[in-house]
Amino acid sequence: MAFFLETLVGGLLAGILYSMVAIGFVLIYKASGVFNFAQGSMLLFAALTFVSLTERGYSFIAAFILTLAAMVLVAVAIERLLLRPLVARSPITLFMATLGLSYILEGVAQALWGADVHGLDLGVDDVPFDIGSISVSRFDLVAAGTAGLLVLGLALLASRSRLGLSLRAVADDPLAALSLGVRLPAIWRRVWALAGFVGLIAGLFWGSRSGVQFSLSLVVLKAMPVLVIGGFDSITGALVGGLLVGASEKLAEVYVGAVLGGGIENWFPYFLAIASLMLRPAGLFGDRAIERV
Amino acid sequence: MIYSEAGQLSTDYLHGASSFRLRQERLEVLALWLVAALVVPALGDDYWLTAILIPFLILSLAGLGLNLLTGFAGQLSVGSAAFMAVGAYTAYNVSLRLPGTPLLVSFAIGGAAAALAGVLSGLPSLRIKGFYLVVSTLAAQFFVEWVFTRFRWFSNDNASGLVSVPPLVVLGQDASSPLGRYLLTLGVVTALTVLALNIPKSELGRRWMAVRDMDTAAAVIGIPVLRTKLIAFAISSFYCGVAGALWGFAYLGTFDPRAWELSRSFQILFIIIIGGMGSILGSFLGSAFMLLLPIAMSQAGSALLGGSVDQGALENYKKVAFGVLIVAFLIREPGGLARLLRRARDRARIWPLRSW
Repeated sequence: MAFFLETLVGGLLAGILYSMVAIGFVLIYKASGVFNFAQGSMLLFAALTFVSLTERGYSFIAAFILTLAAMVLVAVAIERLLLRPLVARSPITLFMATLGLSYILEGVAQALWGADVHGLDLGVDDVPFDIGSISVSRFDLVAAGTAGLLVLGLALLASRSRLGLSLRAVADDPLAALSLGVRLPAIWRRVWALAGFVGLIAGLFWGSRSGVQFSLSLVVLKAMPVLVIGGFDSITGALVGGLLVGASEKLAEVYVGAVLGGGIENWFPYFLAIASLMLRPAGLFGDRAIERV
Repeated sequence: MIYSEAGQLSTDYLHGASSFRLRQERLEVLALWLVAALVVPALGDDYWLTAILIPFLILSLAGLGLNLLTGFAGQLSVGSAAFMAVGAYTAYNVSLRLPGTPLLVSFAIGGAAAALAGVLSGLPSLRIKGFYLVVSTLAAQFFVEWVFTRFRWFSNDNASGLVSVPPLVVLGQDASSPLGRYLLTLGVVTALTVLALNIPKSELGRRWMAVRDMDTAAAVIGIPVLRTKLIAFAISSFYCGVAGALWGFAYLGTFDPRAWELSRSFQILFIIIIGGMGSILGSFLGSAFMLLLPIAMSQAGSALLGGSVDQGALENYKKVAFGVLIVAFLIREPGGLARLLRRARDRARIWPLRSW
C-alpha cells in the first residue's frame, strides 16, 4: 500500500509539471482560439535564454527579467507576423502555422545559444524526505506550490483585472468583444506574453529536472493528452488533467508496464485521452461546443 | 507548358472528366514520364538515383496519401510515419515468413495492413474532429513506434532491432541495383498516382470534399460522414503503407523503427502544406522542394563560407528556413507551390496582355 501511495504521489507531482505546460496552452487557446503547438518551443526558448544569461554572469533576477523581456518581444512578433495575417482562417491552418512557429523558435533558440545541454540549478535540492510512510521529493513540492501560486495568480488576474475582464470577454465571444471596443491584437500580445511567462516558469522546473536541451520542446507532446482530458479552455481542467495523466501514467507504468515490458508512458496518456474524448468530447471542464450549419 | 484550350471542347462527360483534358497536357505528362523512365536511367548516376530520386518519389507517394486525407477529405493526420512503418514491417514479415510471395504482393499486403491501422486511428473521428484528431493520430504514431521497438518478433528477433530486406525480385527480374530500385519505385508510384488522379473526380472524391468543406452540411444531404471519413483514412493509409514499404525496401534496405519517427510525419505534412493541399501535383512539387532545399542550403553554405560550415548551425538555419516557409505559405499562398505554378502559367499564357 505504501508503495502504491508513493507511486501515486510521485505521479501526481510529476503531473503538476505537465499542468504547467498545459496552462500556457489554455491561455492562448481561450484568447485567440489557436491550438499552440509551439508552447513546447516557447518553453525551450525561455529556458535556454535564461540559462545562457545566468552562465554569462547575470544574477537570477536579472536573467529572469531579461528573459521575460525576450518573451514579450517574441509575443509581439508572433502577433504581428503570424496571428494578424492569419486572422479569420481555419483553426487547422492556425495549428499548422504554430507547427512552423515551433521550428522557427527551436532553430533561433539553438542558433543563438547553441545546442549543448545546460545544467540548471534552482537552489532546490531534489532530495526525498518522508511524510508518514511515503517519501516525497522537496523539488516536486516546490513545483507543486509554484503551480498552485500560478493558478491562483491567473485566477485573480482573470477575475480582478481589466486585462482579465477583456480576456474573458474575448474568450466568450470575440466579435461581441471587438464591437465593445476591446482591442483584440493588444489582448493577443498580452496573452502570448503571459503564456511566455508561464512557459518560462515551466521551463525552469523542467530544465532543472532534466537539463536545458532540445528535448524540452517535446514536453508539448506530454501536454496534449492533458489538454484533451481537461478541456482546451479551462485552466482548472489543465491542472486536474495534468494530475490525472501524471498519476495514471506512473501507475500504469508500474502495474501494466511490467506486464507489457515497459516504455508505455509515451502512448498511454494518449489512449487515456482518446477514451476521455469518447466519453466527454469537450473534456472534463471544457465548454460544450454547439454546432450550427 | 504554355498553351490554350482553344477548339478542344468536351462533347461528352467522359472527356470532361478525364484527368488530362487537353492534348497538350497529355503530351506534357507523357513526355515527363518518358524522361523519368528512359532518359533518367540513361543519364543518372547512382548518387542521384539512390540519394535524391528514389526518396523524392517515395516521399511524393506518402505526401499523396496524406493529401488525399487532409487535402481532399479535410482530416488532419500527424501519424503518416506510423502508417509507413506498419506498411514496411508488414511487407518485411510477409516476405520473410511466406517465402515465395511476389514482392509487389507483399507491398500490397503492407499497404492493406496500414489501411487497417489507419481505419482504427480514424475511428474516433466519429465523435471528434479538427485538432482533436491530431491527438488520435499522435496516439497511433507513438503506439506503433513502441510496438515495433518493444516486440522484437517484428524484426525477426534481431538483437539490434535492425532488419535487412531480402533481395528485391520483381516479375522474375533482379531489382537490387540502384537502377532496378529506381524503376521499381517509379512503377509503383506511377500506378498509384494514376489511381489518385481519378479519385477526386469520382463520387467518393466528391463526398470527401463535401465532408471537408462542412461535415454537418454533408450529413444533411445524405452523405454517410463516418464511412466517408474512414474510407479516406483507409485509402490514405494504404498509400502511406506502400510508401513505407518502398522506403524500407527500395531506399533504406536496412531499417529500424527510428526511420519512421514523429519528425517524418511532420516532414510529410510539410510536403503537402508547401506543395499544395488538395493537389496531386502539389505532393510531387512539395516533396522535391523539401528534399532539394536542405541540399541547396548546404551547398550555398559551403560556397559562401568556403567549406568550413558548422553542421549544427546549418541544421538550425534549415529549421528556421522551413518554419518561415511553412508560415509564409500558409499566409501568402495556402494553395502552395501547385497554385503558384498555375498562376505563373495563366499569366504566361496571356502575356503580354494582363487581366489583373
